[in-house]
Amino acid sequence: MSDRTEFRFSGSGGQGLILAGIILADAAAIYENKNAVQTQSYGPEARGGSSKSEVIVSDSPIEYPKATKVDYMVALTQEAFNKYINDIKDDGIVIADKELVTDFSNAKGKLYIIDMVKSAREELGKLLGLNIIALGILVEISGIVSHESIEQALMKRVPKGFEDYNKKALEIGFKLAKEIKNNK
Amino acid sequence: MTKNIKLMQGNEAIAEGAVIAGCDFFAGYPITPSSEVMEVLSNKLPKIGKAFIQMEDEIAALGAVLGAALGGAKAITASSGPGMSLKQEHIGYASMCEIPCVIVNVMRGGPSTGLPTLPAQGDVMQAKWGTHGDHAIIAITPSSVNESLYETIRAFNLAIKYRTPVLILTDEIIGHMRERVVVPDKNDVDIIDVKLPDVPPEKYNPYNYTSGKVTPLAPMGEGYRYHVTGLIHGETGFPSQRTDVIQNAQNWLMDKIYKNIKDIEKFEEFQTEDAEILIVAYGSTSRSTRQAIMMARSAGIKAGMFRPITIWPFPEEQISNLSKRIRKILVPEMNMGQIIFEVQRNACGSQVYGLNIVNGEPIAPDQIYTKIKEIAGL
Repeated sequence: MSDRTEFRFSGSGGQGLILAGIILADAAAIYENKNAVQTQSYGPEARGGSSKSEVIVSDSPIEYPKATKVDYMVALTQEAFNKYINDIKDDGIVIADKELVTDFSNAKGKLYIIDMVKSAREELGKLLGLNIIALGILVEISGIVSHESIEQALMKRVPKGFEDYNKKALEIGFKLAKEIKNNK
Repeated sequence: MTKNIKLMQGNEAIAEGAVIAGCDFFAGYPITPSSEVMEVLSNKLPKIGKAFIQMEDEIAALGAVLGAALGGAKAITASSGPGMSLKQEHIGYASMCEIPCVIVNVMRGGPSTGLPTLPAQGDVMQAKWGTHGDHAIIAITPSSVNESLYETIRAFNLAIKYRTPVLILTDEIIGHMRERVVVPDKNDVDIIDVKLPDVPPEKYNPYNYTSGKVTPLAPMGEGYRYHVTGLIHGETGFPSQRTDVIQNAQNWLMDKIYKNIKDIEKFEEFQTEDAEILIVAYGSTSRSTRQAIMMARSAGIKAGMFRPITIWPFPEEQISNLSKRIRKILVPEMNMGQIIFEVQRNACGSQVYGLNIVNGEPIAPDQIYTKIKEIAGL
């Protein structure tokens, strides 16, 4: 049980966070042959409302599939930050977007405020792909799977014609995470 | 054989299992959290020459499935919450007319619209008693994505073999979670196919209440002409009010399931050999239970689990036997207490405790462990 690593992508419905979780679980389970489980939680709305996608990675079989002691979390809305921050481990890492989350009074764990939206706007030209930037950050900072595995898993789920765009988003994530690591 | 390993959702695994089982037909009406079963089959079935249809509502969906099954198709539908309430009348019709079909219920919070996106285990008694009148039912509660696939294949087999509706009673957690699955080849699993009767049409009776054997359901259009009605009927299929026919028909609906319970039952025991506390858990709750048992064991508490995989008919004999030597039994459920009464009924005077958490979240291992400690007197 202790070798569980728990990831949580949180934000609002429509941001693609469930997909980000699926890609991470796919990379771990299929490309690296680890035990991985992905779950999701969202409200009855088609868009909006808080949503989270969780991935547990472990060397032993995973029984309880939900995160309870979160090692890595991304928050892409203030509501999600407030709602889902509680079960972050004391030394867990929380990545919040600088524009989308502004009130950090509930903060727990080690907080990093990253300008993901700005990077997306400047380097991708639009906000589509914010989920993949977040995915890149968590992969790089945790080292849970290799760059190669996550890229393979990503390419499997990306619509035709958007391969390069998504690869670029992933690399932006890697780069932002490296900056965090250097500033640690 | 190269292994076909995929990351998939429980609902996708059900669809995958249906295709492997030789499913010919799906009819349904989308409803969270079961919709992915339908979505995946809408894509897969037409590509292999099989039929998929979205019906105008839940009732019609099961009606279409029963029609297809009478035509010899292996047929399935999937639903949740209020959709399952609507399906009850046709479940009774399937029982009465002995029409094989598989019905997936991905349980969500209720009653009414309840919690469309959140898990519960509140439909366990509905699965058994949802439709009116005495009848037996088979219901299966998978606890992983992998099991969802294999148990779907088994559900089709049981449906054909016993000419009965079979319910796959999963929940939002198992239905929506993604895990690694080894997808088997059709040739590596046992599949029971629809058979023609072994008598010519003029000698065929669609029902047989006394031989103890299930008569094959002759597909409509193969030259076998018979009557199908929800009225109590004799062995020819025509309605009857003769007391002996009525009693035979009623007995048969129960007997064909309960007298074959050894073939239908399926369960898992986990660390029960030396257990002093037994936990009876099914579906996603059994996953938390397994983790709680490991926590208890490392604290020196001898706990074990009995996990029904076939939940209906209920494994009465196993509970009765286990309770002779394990005198404390805990039944955690994501409902206000349903299977606990089945356990109590068979528990030979053992102390039976419930842990009933119905708040939209799965029951966590910690919550079960805390209860185990309380029962152990720690």
